[in-house]
Amino acid sequence: MPKHIVSTVAEIPPGSRKIVEVSGRSIGVFNVGGEFFALRNRCPHQGAALCTGHLGSAVTSTGPGHYEVDRSGEILRCPWHGWEFDLRCGQSWFDPEKVRVKSYETAVAPGSSLAPPSPGLVPGPYVAETFPVSIEESYVLVEFGPVA
Amino acid sequence: MSKATPATSLVDCDIHNAITPAAVARHLPERWRQYHAQFGRRMTPGDYYPKATPMASRTDSWPPGGGPPGSDLAFMRRQLLDAWPIEIGILNTLITIRNQYRDYDAAMATAANACQVAEWLEPEPRLRASLLVPFEDPQLAVTEIRRHAGDKRFVQVLIPSRTTEPLGRRKYWPIYAAASESGLPIGIHFGGWSGGHPISGAGWPTYYIEYHTGMNQTFQAHLISLICEGVFEEFPKLKVVFIEGGIAWIPPVLWRLDRSWRQLKAEAPTLRQLPSEYFRKHFWLTTQPIEEPPEPGQFLEMIAHLDMDDRLLFSTDYPHWDFDSPDTALPSVLPPGLREKVRRDNARALYGFA
Repeated sequence: MPKHIVSTVAEIPPGSRKIVEVSGRSIGVFNVGGEFFALRNRCPHQGAALCTGHLGSAVTSTGPGHYEVDRSGEILRCPWHGWEFDLRCGQSWFDPEKVRVKSYETAVAPGSSLAPPSPGLVPGPYVAETFPVSIEESYVLVEFGPVA
Repeated sequence: MSKATPATSLVDCDIHNAITPAAVARHLPERWRQYHAQFGRRMTPGDYYPKATPMASRTDSWPPGGGPPGSDLAFMRRQLLDAWPIEIGILNTLITIRNQYRDYDAAMATAANACQVAEWLEPEPRLRASLLVPFEDPQLAVTEIRRHAGDKRFVQVLIPSRTTEPLGRRKYWPIYAAASESGLPIGIHFGGWSGGHPISGAGWPTYYIEYHTGMNQTFQAHLISLICEGVFEEFPKLKVVFIEGGIAWIPPVLWRLDRSWRQLKAEAPTLRQLPSEYFRKHFWLTTQPIEEPPEPGQFLEMIAHLDMDDRLLFSTDYPHWDFDSPDTALPSVLPPGLREKVRRDNARALYGFA
């Protein structure tokens, strides 16, 4: 599947997000403690910009009077009706058989590995003045589009 | 339940503009401005429950320039009126009348209506408004209705569903007389302050989900009361709009009421028709929050049981958290002709919009 460069890592520090557009699709890219997740920015319920919603925790209960809080910062709540989705997989935790939002594979790669190759070029006779450039930044990639 | 939108225009029958204390103060006379500043307002009666989100609003609806959701007309244009092809939007401002005491409520209603004219209706020709009245003091309410009689920008008289008495009671009849005289429907909207009654007929529930789901009990109480007290015999031209009261619960209540009437009509001899006939003749219903049954076919059954295709009015409830999107709220199984009625034509017919 094609990989799209959507951001530098530095732009999305842990706990934050960036809304990007890939091939006309709005996608939210989230950094949870150094792990990156990408979800389609559209709630499957009524179409709100899901990825602008509040990030919270999963609250579960084993019975009345008991509750547990888990998965801090990994549960995305829609800004309209509060439907909750798991950042890791786009799964809703109510009616999970029916409701999920599209999630995308992400990867982090160093910029040097993403520099365009120059196959088959032969050096010419002139050399322009150059300055040293180093690529230290890493980039966040989102997989989206037809499988090659 | 998602479906691409048809591009036709629509009427949104339930928009909540916030009239802030500062905005209303701009329109209060000196005596009440002083009172307002010195004593202030009752602490949010009716907010016995949390409201799902701050100000019960979509978390993306806080205006970037400050103020609560619904308080900024420019932002409302951007997020609602211009975002969809809304030809008319009806404002139902909710929290201004708090049953504090009667003269103050009346002054607040007058000031809030003046504020609506100056700061909402004048600058935005797509907007209309419900008239605020001190509904628990019907004589003062009548004064406010008459003050605006003939101003077509006020399209109905607003009463919250949590009143101190069932709305069929004769106490409220002066409001119905004045509304009928002015050709204004009564819009009964979800919420309000009951004067101490719980939301249910069996005490106070614990959770907001119980309050939110159970609010149709208040509408049910008004439906039964308005019909059984003979309001529509006394005011044959009166129109009532249930706003944000739900739809699916109504047919079974009408079945039940019709059955009871056949058995018990000697108790309420004023009634000359089946209760369901009064209902279908005098009531309109807004859609949001539209019920979302698990199977699309069940939605059509619900509409068929209701048998009020000409009386359903589309509404978003912007900016509240249970907002219905014009693109996706009405399920795709709804036939196109009926969709157009619900989205636009029924409201045009009821309110006389061109």
